Amino acid sequence: MLKIEKRASPSKTWNWAAPIMAVALTMIVGGALFGLLGVNPFQAIAKIFYEPLFGEYAFYYRPQLMIKAAPLVLIAIGLSMGFRAGIWNIGAEGQYIMGALSGAGLALALYPMELPILLPLMVIAGALGGMLWGLIPGYLKVKFGTNEILVSLMLVYVAEQILASMALGLMKNPEGMGFPGSRNLQQYPSAHNAEIFAGSGMHWGVAAALIAVIFAYVMLTRHMFGFQLRLSGIAPRAAKFAGVDPGRMILICMGLSGALAGMAGLFEIAGPAGQVSIDFNVGYGFTAIIVAFLGRLNPIGILLAGLLLAITYVGGEITQSQMGLPLAAIQLFQGMLLFFLLAMDMLTNYRFRRSTKEAV
Amino acid sequence: MGTALLSLSGLTKTYPGVVANSDVGFDIQPGEVHALLGENGAGKSTLVKMIYGLVAPDSGQMTLNDVPFSPADPNAARAAGVAMVFQHFSLFDALSVAENVALGMDNPPPRRELSDKIRTVSKAYGLPLDPQRTVGDLSAGERQRVEIIRCLLQDPKLLIMDEPTSVLTPQEVEILFKTLRKLSAEGTAILYISHKLEEIRSLCDTATILRLGKKVATCTPAERTAAELAEMMVGSSLRPPERRAHEPGGVLLEVNDLTIAPTQAFGTRLQNISFSLRMGEILGIGGVAGNGQDELLAALSGEVLTDASAIVMQGTAVGAMGPTGRRNRGLLTAPEERLGHAAAPEMTLTENALLTGSKRQALVKGGWINWAAAKGFAEHIIHHFDVRTPGPEVAARALSGGNLQKFVIGREVLQEPHVLVVNQPTWGVDASAAASIRQALLDLAADGAAIICISQDLDELMEISDRFAALNEGKLSPIRATADLTVEEIGLMMGGAHGMEVADA
Repeated sequence: MLKIEKRASPSKTWNWAAPIMAVALTMIVGGALFGLLGVNPFQAIAKIFYEPLFGEYAFYYRPQLMIKAAPLVLIAIGLSMGFRAGIWNIGAEGQYIMGALSGAGLALALYPMELPILLPLMVIAGALGGMLWGLIPGYLKVKFGTNEILVSLMLVYVAEQILASMALGLMKNPEGMGFPGSRNLQQYPSAHNAEIFAGSGMHWGVAAALIAVIFAYVMLTRHMFGFQLRLSGIAPRAAKFAGVDPGRMILICMGLSGALAGMAGLFEIAGPAGQVSIDFNVGYGFTAIIVAFLGRLNPIGILLAGLLLAITYVGGEITQSQMGLPLAAIQLFQGMLLFFLLAMDMLTNYRFRRSTKEAV
Repeated sequence: MGTALLSLSGLTKTYPGVVANSDVGFDIQPGEVHALLGENGAGKSTLVKMIYGLVAPDSGQMTLNDVPFSPADPNAARAAGVAMVFQHFSLFDALSVAENVALGMDNPPPRRELSDKIRTVSKAYGLPLDPQRTVGDLSAGERQRVEIIRCLLQDPKLLIMDEPTSVLTPQEVEILFKTLRKLSAEGTAILYISHKLEEIRSLCDTATILRLGKKVATCTPAERTAAELAEMMVGSSLRPPERRAHEPGGVLLEVNDLTIAPTQAFGTRLQNISFSLRMGEILGIGGVAGNGQDELLAALSGEVLTDASAIVMQGTAVGAMGPTGRRNRGLLTAPEERLGHAAAPEMTLTENALLTGSKRQALVKGGWINWAAAKGFAEHIIHHFDVRTPGPEVAARALSGGNLQKFVIGREVLQEPHVLVVNQPTWGVDASAAASIRQALLDLAADGAAIICISQDLDELMEISDRFAALNEGKLSPIRATADLTVEEIGLMMGGAHGMEVADA
């Protein structure tokens, strides 16, 4: 018989081995699933992981990876701050939408004025929009003790309705001949979040994501705020004893994660997406939760996890179009990644031992 | 010895990295009050857990009435006639006494019958208890009576009691001892776990002394002096803390009419607490657990805010100030619960040094942490307070209770507080570590700091404090000089025997 036993201190090896094991297990079980669907599992998995990086059309896919990974990483960095402090903002999708609407709204209001600082202003507006949307569940939690998980999630659906209303009403393109959706910001030079180097996929959102990674890393390891954040998550009573105000910590974390999600939304709407439309959001805010955990809530880990998830997105699309795998199978594949990670996670804090229960 | 009720031989139990018990053996006779004496970590708990079926020994035998005895679980132990009263009670606050007792039985009789039974047993053994009362309203001593009666209803042959007097006033201890003597006279054997030597000398017929998991001796405690027993328990003779004579100086801290509503259900309300504290003075605050100790510490540390003027530190009203502001002014605290309150279990000692030392030790500048300085401070604490650990990068949870307590107390003492408030500074700490912590507190006071020592260990308070007061149901008794107090007076200050009025009802 095997027995589960708590480790004296968390295993450093397993902390890093768990995500790798999770990826490997996902490949095995996902491969079996693909096999059952009548697709050659080796080919499918090779396509998902190989094609986007080194395949024949990698020159096209690599920029796509950047475009997909940037919002994931940016949002996940913000979420990871809250998760570390034990504050569960799972409504990043809504904050992402509200950030996009705030920034796009500013640009659409000023259209067609050409203003060199318009894009930076939009970024600020986007961050503020996301922040305010994130502060609602934060404030309700501090003031009335509501559950931030529920409130932030419900606000996603509110945001989606606002998005639809905007796309069909207030922000609709007056010259769009009745079609839903706003003007295309890609055609508004001051507002366009263009690629920094043409053809690289490297837009300002990618730069912001990288800055966020570095910023988060430095703050968590060197700054008192990062220490208080970790302390609040690990030992809330000790944090209070140390002088951390729990309410303030909640507001900062919700505001910060909302702001980053809002910025991600703005970079997306002013760049790759281009316009306010009903189907603007594609679930980055939710996938970022997977990215945050897959990356161990560690900024560097999140960067790698964001790239990995982007690969499964892009690679998934390739297998979909080339091998006829259904979208649901790809989503299942991504879900498995989190599932196995959480399962493997146990090994960081626990270990198996052969039980020594003998007859007495 | 064929007449022994319970006979243990060669009991051994190892946990990863620790030998909890090694080749322990002794006999308990019917009707005997047998003491199990030892320091924290000596292996007392593991041993009784084996007898009670909670832990299976790695090797060794037990026989009960000459029949091999190896209970698979506590149910089996209870069925064989072994009952146990734990140090930490397992009672539901929101239920009545009778309901709590019923929950612990396999086939509880109808409620009315059970209530009558409880009344009968409680009368017969001098344990006053009203079966209809809600447990949440009972004092610690009364809760213990619930646990004892729950055991007595099973008519046990052996009753195990784990540190029963740690939650009692001296008067309540007397009541308990009468009950135990009566049980023993009726033939029930009692295994009595304690580290309080005088108690054992007055109550127990035989004592088995454990040290580091091994049996040191079995003796008759009445024939030994407390000092001899202590030496057997600790393995060396202990030097009592030294007091340097000094005169108290000016007033450092004033608490004026401090009243705080309880923060949780069945919490304690602090009521109109007032006192002042002078330089160089140690104020001991006694009382049974759950009478407002945690609340008082939280109010003084700044975790719970009050009217600004309720707490005045060197002329500044600090009652509305959080922990950081108070620390900056030199008011430092060390809560009772080490893991999760005074220290973060998953964090390293360096990080835990930073936890309260960030400002006073200048470990942080402009928000940026100087990790080298934090590590230096942690090493300073480790060195100065003889904390046994491989180094400052070890997680706090990996330290033994005593070592972590030395670290926590050391962290505050070395920050040169003007006022230091400690709650249960030596709880669960071995005798030599406890002695060094008490010495550190005395030295700190001699150097001019004022100290409030909240503790349930009366011996400790008598040893180090200049003045003494007791908390009882959130109220502070008048403060008296320690030197001219008797045990009876202390007991009355702690509220006497709680719930005695029920006895006559």
